[in-house]
Amino acid sequence: MTRVCVAGAGVIGSLFAGFLSRVADVGVLVRREEHARALAEQGLRVSGRADFTARVAASTDPRELGEPELVIVACKGNDLEPLGTRLEGRFEGATMMTVQNGIGADEILGRHGDWRQLSAVTFMSGTRHADTHVEYILDTATWIGPARGTTGDDARAAAALVASSGLLAEAFDDLRPAQWSKLIFNATVNAVAALTGLPHDPHFAAVEHDSDLGHLVRDLVDEGKAVAAAAGVELREDPWEMNVHATRRGSRHHPSMLEDVEARRPTEIDLITGSLVREAARRGVPVPLHTALYRLVKAKEASWE
Amino acid sequence: MRICVVGCGAVGSLFAANLAQLDDVEVWAYDLARDHVDSINRSGLRLTGAGEVTARLRATADAGELPPCEFGIVATKAMHTDSAIRATAHAFAGGCVATVQNGLGNEEALAAHCERVIRGTTFPAGKLVEPGVVQWDVKGDTTFGPYEERPAPFEEVERLADACTRGGMPATAVADARGPQWRKVIFNAATNPLGALTGLTHGRVCEQPPLRRLVTQLVDEGKAVAAAQAIELDADPEELIDYAARPDVAYGHKASMLQDVEARRQTEVDYLNGGIAGFGRRHGVPTPGHDAIWALVKGVEASWTQ
Repeated sequence: MTRVCVAGAGVIGSLFAGFLSRVADVGVLVRREEHARALAEQGLRVSGRADFTARVAASTDPRELGEPELVIVACKGNDLEPLGTRLEGRFEGATMMTVQNGIGADEILGRHGDWRQLSAVTFMSGTRHADTHVEYILDTATWIGPARGTTGDDARAAAALVASSGLLAEAFDDLRPAQWSKLIFNATVNAVAALTGLPHDPHFAAVEHDSDLGHLVRDLVDEGKAVAAAAGVELREDPWEMNVHATRRGSRHHPSMLEDVEARRPTEIDLITGSLVREAARRGVPVPLHTALYRLVKAKEASWE
Repeated sequence: MRICVVGCGAVGSLFAANLAQLDDVEVWAYDLARDHVDSINRSGLRLTGAGEVTARLRATADAGELPPCEFGIVATKAMHTDSAIRATAHAFAGGCVATVQNGLGNEEALAAHCERVIRGTTFPAGKLVEPGVVQWDVKGDTTFGPYEERPAPFEEVERLADACTRGGMPATAVADARGPQWRKVIFNAATNPLGALTGLTHGRVCEQPPLRRLVTQLVDEGKAVAAAQAIELDADPEELIDYAARPDVAYGHKASMLQDVEARRQTEVDYLNGGIAGFGRRHGVPTPGHDAIWALVKGVEASWTQ
């Protein structure tokens, strides 16, 4: 059996750990001792679209988790840096797969070791009811592509492993065109929805009057495209077209960031718009509108404190 | 001298009640809120807070009742300028009409119906607490000047400023009143919508350095549009922004646009950020920040009708 380590056991990490335990030897790297103890003693329950309890090894110390072939790095984006530090010098033969929102996670992790790396973006979702219980809600795919030192074949092998466990996965020879299209779309639509209170609806594509939101949405998309171009990424889909298409479907999707704002929860602005703004700064591309929206959403979060 | 205040909300009431203290001024108030009008006619118009004033004056919701007036002082929300002056213009056929409203474009709206127009900017503030009663929060100065396209004679501008000053609302007549107006518009457009979009008070908007930089970006765009029209600001809006952020001034103040958003009332964003963006377009000055803020606040307004 393949040996897999899942680093970080939030919703996404727990879902990977639970499902993969059915086809692989799974160890879970967590931060808290009581979390590790609970997982080792009670296992990990998966409910929702599946119902089973997984047996997993768990520890707060990477040295106790053997020599995995694949490490799924599933912590929150803000925890990537400290996790990278803990992993320095460990799991030397492993391939590290980052699954954080936004972009640049593989590069952050890559600074902590010369592992082979895969890059992934996941659209599945769930709810974490306890340290040892996760509910699987949206069975959407995880996209996997090569990053440092890997190829499309490695991505296909990882996707096949994930798919064999019962989760959905798709491999790409180059993940970035899809990842960046999604990122630009998400950064734009989520931040505008969070600030206006509008679900993703036809307002986002309206360009009739000077004050119509479509102008802003298109300008935000254009800023994102300029960053992608500077990064040498050819987009898989035009995010403006994705926006127009989505708003014409007639459904009024509530982006997650709007739901976060309505519930007064911290949003993922740092991971989504934040990663685009940081990438733009690194490449010297001005993104004043994304920067403005980033600051406004951060300030809105501050108003709840 | 007969003066009619058109739109007797908080700011209009400050003018109406103070002017009514003068023996040589007869004050009328035109307002559509019938309970407010009735209360003024029954028990007078009362100001409390920064000044205690009770004034007797005539109020009406029926523009047909207005006698000919030498001056009008228009104090409605900017989106109501056109309908208000359309209804009352007959009373000012032989007089002059001044605006003390927020934003840009009010003079143009008045000039469509009146011969002699006065550009005005006022800083006092308050809120209507109940019909007939206004809380006077902040005292401040008013500047009047002839509106360039359809100017009131300067002597008339001076007469109005003098009456306001004697009544307790210090006012100055100047030849070019655009400087103070643009300073206030830039101040409002750079700070109010940020409060409205984030829920933060003026002081909290200013104490977050990244957000404060966004304020400055909006101020700079506004200054560029003013400069393209050869408008000389009477002071730097940044000074006013920092002054207002002081704990003893308006740190905890919720901008009127935030109050509007919380009450789900249409905001004045079209006349603030939209006004700066519109003048920017006419003069070839890009205003990407104001364009973005304008669209976001219009989006907020649209979300209420979902």
